[in-house]
Amino acid sequence: MAPDAAGRQPLAPETPDALADIVRAAAADGTPLDLMGSGTRRGLGRPVAGNARTVSLRGLMGVRQYSPTELYITVGAGTPLAEVAATLAEKGQGLLFEPPDLRTLLGSAGEPTIGGAVATGFAGPARIAGGGIRDSLIGVEMVTGRAEAIRSGGRVMKNVTGYDLTKLTVGSFGTLGALTEVTFKVLPTPRRMATLAVRGLGDGDARALMSLALASPYEVTGAAHLPAAIAARSEVAALTDGAATLLRLGGFAESIDYRVGELTDHLETAAQIDVLDDDASAAAWAEVRDVRALAGPPDRAVWRISVKPTAGPEVVARLADLLPDVLYDWGGGLVWLSLEAGEDAAASVVRGAAEAAGGTAMLVRAPDGVRAAIPFQAPPTGALATVIARLKSAFDPAGVLNPGRLYPET
Amino acid sequence: MQMPEPNAAVLARRAQIAADLRSLLPAPDMVIAAEDELRAYETDGLSAYRQMPMIVVLPETTQQVSAIMRYCHMNGIRSVARGAGTSLAGGALPLADSVVIGISKMTRVVDVDFANRTATVQPGVTNMAITTAVQHEGFFFAPDPSSQIACTIAGNVAMNSGGAHCLKYGVTSNNLLGLEVVLPDGEVVRLGGPNLDGGGYDLMGLFTGSEGTLGIVTEITVRILHSPEGARPILMGFDSNEAAGACVDAIISSGIIPVALEFMDKPAIHAAEAYVHAGYPLDVEALLIVEVEGSDEEVDRLLGWIKEIAQRHNPSYLRISTSEAESQIIWKGRKSAFGAVGRISPDYYCMDGTIPTGQLPGVLKRIGEICDGYGFEVANIFHAGDGNLHPLIMYDANKAGDLEKAENCGADILKLCVDVGGCLTGEHGVGVEKRDLMTYQFTETELEQQRRVKDVFDPAWLLNPHKIFPLSARVGRLGADAAPAAAAE
Repeated sequence: MAPDAAGRQPLAPETPDALADIVRAAAADGTPLDLMGSGTRRGLGRPVAGNARTVSLRGLMGVRQYSPTELYITVGAGTPLAEVAATLAEKGQGLLFEPPDLRTLLGSAGEPTIGGAVATGFAGPARIAGGGIRDSLIGVEMVTGRAEAIRSGGRVMKNVTGYDLTKLTVGSFGTLGALTEVTFKVLPTPRRMATLAVRGLGDGDARALMSLALASPYEVTGAAHLPAAIAARSEVAALTDGAATLLRLGGFAESIDYRVGELTDHLETAAQIDVLDDDASAAAWAEVRDVRALAGPPDRAVWRISVKPTAGPEVVARLADLLPDVLYDWGGGLVWLSLEAGEDAAASVVRGAAEAAGGTAMLVRAPDGVRAAIPFQAPPTGALATVIARLKSAFDPAGVLNPGRLYPET
Repeated sequence: MQMPEPNAAVLARRAQIAADLRSLLPAPDMVIAAEDELRAYETDGLSAYRQMPMIVVLPETTQQVSAIMRYCHMNGIRSVARGAGTSLAGGALPLADSVVIGISKMTRVVDVDFANRTATVQPGVTNMAITTAVQHEGFFFAPDPSSQIACTIAGNVAMNSGGAHCLKYGVTSNNLLGLEVVLPDGEVVRLGGPNLDGGGYDLMGLFTGSEGTLGIVTEITVRILHSPEGARPILMGFDSNEAAGACVDAIISSGIIPVALEFMDKPAIHAAEAYVHAGYPLDVEALLIVEVEGSDEEVDRLLGWIKEIAQRHNPSYLRISTSEAESQIIWKGRKSAFGAVGRISPDYYCMDGTIPTGQLPGVLKRIGEICDGYGFEVANIFHAGDGNLHPLIMYDANKAGDLEKAENCGADILKLCVDVGGCLTGEHGVGVEKRDLMTYQFTETELEQQRRVKDVFDPAWLLNPHKIFPLSARVGRLGADAAPAAAAE
């Protein structure tokens, strides 16, 4: 781990008690803490304000409990995602939300941790079928800004006992509490996968086709659209020639053959349909999940826009003057977009287009100066802003946990 | 049931408050203050507890709910939200000095958007009515609590309701996109949206399951799903709970995730069979209903595999449903099981703990012993796939002390659930029923952090202040059983 600007090594607690001691001391003298796992996602959100002390939670690691028949796994928050995935894979299971590996996109190195995935809250292509992190996370332990270790949820998937503080941690960027342990609902991974690649569609037609596929009984587990320029960057040879609209099916081998046939009929399209087998499917969806097509050039700004699926192509059409590179996931509801960073990553135009469609835009990557000047996401207003500020204060009255990382004043 | 001390100053102003509320609403009959009409609001699905409210209001719009909430906030008046009143935990139980805000007139389906797979509805729409509004295009709303014909979506949001199909489709929270909420001070906010994972704190997730203590939901956008091609169950009987439990483990280990996996013990089987004649075997100790989805061929294949797995656990009965009619009667037995137990016992007390599924056989044995110790019969019905238990303790409310004994028996069972790594409530909520057990599951530090969340939304503790938390634990908070003046502006 690299020292911070002042030459200090990150603090590295190995127990929740040690972490609580650090938080207590920080709260007492008002030192902001910059929490991280391995730091692979430090590029997300705004840099933590002030002369912050870095704290690595990487030492809170290890698989604590895994019960394949009870469909849950409990791990230390600093456990590498890869270790969690490998542990589950041994029993043919996996995390439902398909967490992205953003190292290529963000130009970072290290081993992404499960706690970092929860704190940043990004789910992959399976979001539309298996749900997001919020839907899989069934229990947490954290140390709040009050230096108190608390638990919420547990290890059972049906649990309505008390307030759901578990969901509140997802995507909170460590501003409410430092996660020390997380428990997920897990399920068997599909035995076999196949992907229909529908070729040559424009963005609007692709969106309509994805809606049609998702309104079928064949359980489509991924629906993404790669416009021609994006498809050309794929390392999956079968995809490079022209726009590709990807529809993923997963399940038992016998079901897949049947469903590929049924879904093809259901689409009633004149466009060419290529079928990608297991390995090519996995490779194609990993590229979509990790947004690799937008990784270069690294000085371009990258936005993540979440809207209702029908609005995806409309938002992009409004931004055509910015000459963006665009990748659609979630049936059109998740738009990844890269453009010339300029002074402000065209923030007002991009946010305006997303918000006009009832959606939101996050500035996922930009040069440091732009990141410091532009909020990571649009700041809340009105009564909501009051609730958010008071909630932050309820968990972290001294404001020492990742201040400013998610919301400007929080 | 201990209740917060009514605010005498508020009660003294009852007539004026009713008049003020009438002035906020377009029609006089939207405010109920006559005692005989208030009677209908004194209890809910947990009918052992009764408390007449001070006034009931039945608004029709978000603006009206907002005006009522603002008025109550400004005047230090407690309020309690009410959906259809089907709560089994006393979630809709009023306070003597409270205004009950009923959303039963807000029953409009606002928008159905098939291209985006969403439906936007008012809070008084029933769970089943959402499916009814979208099924002509082959869609459905997944959460399916047993009360789905009557219960409202607002109540589902408040309690984060589940159902029999959670293993595959999740609970209410997993099927929501956006909420419009009126905060206790009357402010209207939107949580979530028409989109997924829009960023920022997941206030929608926090609000869902908050039991009407943080605000009142006035509009809900839900995800709707396309129905599978078909679904059919297999029915399996075993000579012991242990064998049935082992079979459940084996099915899940095989990589098959059924859409539903239900378990009934002998008393429940007998009660259900006598009631609806579902064709259940009467000579088994435990019955599993395992349902899978897909095309006819897929269903046949999956049920074939499940049958193979089951046969390794020596089932004494095994039947695969071969028709829609047969499936329906099998499910009717299960869904009517609570009512069936009601026929063989003067009263029953329905519990709702969750346990890690591996603990099933041991916990069932202990439940039998606990009930035996109190001299009660018990029938067990539960969602075996997710470990959510519903022991039905059979008692007689007309027998002096029997209700209290049943409550103690239930508390022992719920403590057992916590002891083995589970929780107090899987889908019914804490309400007033289990609030005193919260200290068994949570540390004082944890409960205090949850109460701080209540403070964020409702600093004066005016909205549903007697739910979720032990009454004693609220001492010192503004408005909590304090002098009447403390709650006023």
